[in-house]
Amino acid sequence: MLRVALVGQPNSGKSTLFNAIVGYRAVASNFPGTTVEVLRGKALVGGKPAEVVDLPGIYSLHAGDPAERLARDYLLSGQVDVIVNVVDASLLGRSLELTLELAELGLPMVVCLNMMDEARRKGIHVDTGRLSEALGVPVVESIAVRGVGLKELLAAIPQARVPTPPRYAADVEEILTRLAEPLASRGTRLPPRYLAELLVAGEEPPEGAGDAGLNEVIETARREFTSRRGQDPALVLSAERHALALRIFEEVARVTHAAESFRDRVDSLLMHRIWGYPIMLAVLLSLFFGVFKIGGLLEGYLLPPLDLLTAAVEGTVPGPIGKVLGGAIQGLWAGIGIVLPYLVPFLFFLAFLEDVGYLPRIGFLLDGLMHRIGLHGKSVIPFLLGYGCSVPAVLATRILEDERDRLVTAALAVMVPCAARTVVIFGLVGRYVGPWIAFSLYLLNIFVVAAAGTLLRRFLPGVGPGLIMEIPPYRLPALRTMLLKVWLRLRGFITVAWPTLIVASAFFSLIEVLGWTYFLNTLLLPITWPLGLPAAVGVPLVFGILRKELSLIMLGQALGTMDFGAVLSGAAMVVFTVFVIFYVPCIATVAALWRELGRHKTLLVVAGTVAVALLVALLVRAFICLFGPGMC
Amino acid sequence: MFLNSFTDLETLPPGYKARVVRIEGGRGLVTRLSRLGIVPGAEVTVVSRAPVGGPVLVEVNGARVALGRGVARKVVVKPGA
Repeated sequence: MLRVALVGQPNSGKSTLFNAIVGYRAVASNFPGTTVEVLRGKALVGGKPAEVVDLPGIYSLHAGDPAERLARDYLLSGQVDVIVNVVDASLLGRSLELTLELAELGLPMVVCLNMMDEARRKGIHVDTGRLSEALGVPVVESIAVRGVGLKELLAAIPQARVPTPPRYAADVEEILTRLAEPLASRGTRLPPRYLAELLVAGEEPPEGAGDAGLNEVIETARREFTSRRGQDPALVLSAERHALALRIFEEVARVTHAAESFRDRVDSLLMHRIWGYPIMLAVLLSLFFGVFKIGGLLEGYLLPPLDLLTAAVEGTVPGPIGKVLGGAIQGLWAGIGIVLPYLVPFLFFLAFLEDVGYLPRIGFLLDGLMHRIGLHGKSVIPFLLGYGCSVPAVLATRILEDERDRLVTAALAVMVPCAARTVVIFGLVGRYVGPWIAFSLYLLNIFVVAAAGTLLRRFLPGVGPGLIMEIPPYRLPALRTMLLKVWLRLRGFITVAWPTLIVASAFFSLIEVLGWTYFLNTLLLPITWPLGLPAAVGVPLVFGILRKELSLIMLGQALGTMDFGAVLSGAAMVVFTVFVIFYVPCIATVAALWRELGRHKTLLVVAGTVAVALLVALLVRAFICLFGPGMC
Repeated sequence: MFLNSFTDLETLPPGYKARVVRIEGGRGLVTRLSRLGIVPGAEVTVVSRAPVGGPVLVEVNGARVALGRGVARKVVVKPGA
């Protein structure tokens, strides 16, 4: 079967194109041994089924960046028959640099000039015939969002040709050719010229590339470069590629005056140094409000049948087994009650904001503030995701380049109240103490997260590289792409968290049946006693680690009533909720942290959050006792 | 006011065009900037700046890129390209 790889820069419309070609049958998988994700699907190419792989968006093929290195090694691994290079035609000049790098890999290639409508709007007219001639490969125009040019692309893939390798300045070519000769004679599975470039640039070639024992020849070539150009060879090569890309661009494209764009005017308002902020607040508040409204509505439809089911099961299967089964169904209930009504709309709205292009703008607006806690604007995305679910938030820290930034962002993002914790905040404090107190807990949360960030900055002084982020133009998102994004972020929850939740809930019922609750509650006295909470709250706190909203249901079971106002004081409810917000992220999040950060750092985050939870809950209790002794 | 001297992208006011002269940073920074077309010789325009130490928005090759202040400071430019 023909194996086709889509390669392109971020925001080139690659994912939209992929979705349009393969439909909904896409399967996500990680590169072996890593967390970099690739999507696979099948499409009919020239009447025959072919495997299509969507590689992560990359700007170049440098080994320094993990995603770029993986993309490069994957392309060179022999698992790819044809490269489809997706290019944002409105950014042709810059995008051609990646095209030139790909052209050296010696693989058949097709260039897909996507976003032709946007290029025309910007006044860029591309002569595809001449571009095809310059690169030596078929060039197809497309507008993937509207499905334009897809048939032509699929028809062009079988016609893919190995590109003409780029030609740089004569002195550079001379050194490269001299190095490529011994490499070729030793037999390498890489194109010798490409391997020569990697070695001269001081990049680590893929394993088994066959460069052993050539150190001396390589060093000579590197020295020659440096003495002739007075610069690091890697910089010389990148400058040569840049110059060549611009030369090709000038040859094949004609730039007329761009029409004053409506989107530019919108942008200058949305990114305005003053107006940008109230607009952002309005957008985010309406996002949360909208999700809450829709969630409440859906929940109303979903819960009654599930309640009936629980009652029916406990009624038909009597005794302890029935209780355990009822517990399992309550786990199912919690998953359906949270995931479908709240998380799905939340992820969908967020995907919309992301694909329209507003999310990077939020990053731009908040970069200055994020610097105060030692991070930068890109960390905003994991934080926002955190309000939905901590699992996708932790996974989203991958977009950060710096390892320290990833750790700090993940550690802070798990303290952001997710949808499950929102249920506790509103179900307990919102309902029995008052909505404004519930709302102020969110402000308290932001304050604590910021304080923790400032503290972390002390302990982990960063040399983080700072913000370098492309701000793509506003775009009409494709529904399919958004749905796939929602599904990919939801998947972690459904496959890991939900089963855990069902098993854990059943297990809790078993513990109750066996009469072990007293033992667990005694074990947790060091936490419940200083916080002024009833000892019976211990078990719900333990099970809150499995799923945070579970602690609310468990609290009802432990106290023997769902009418919390009758058994808990307002102060106890607020202190309990504060503790639940901050302490140990749920088990699914711990699993995600483990995958992203490793065991050591995960344990640090877990210990740190417990300490923060205990400290903040104690302070809140002290505050309540100080200003409202009656409530205490 | 900048026409005959070098400055950097942090100080260049919005609306000004400039040509990148060099990047005062390690190889990592140089590579990351070069991916987005910010290389010596490239023409950049400062579009806007976020307040309170926020990033600088620049246009290069028809694409918009946000650069944190710390990054912008390291991009030496010659104004008035």
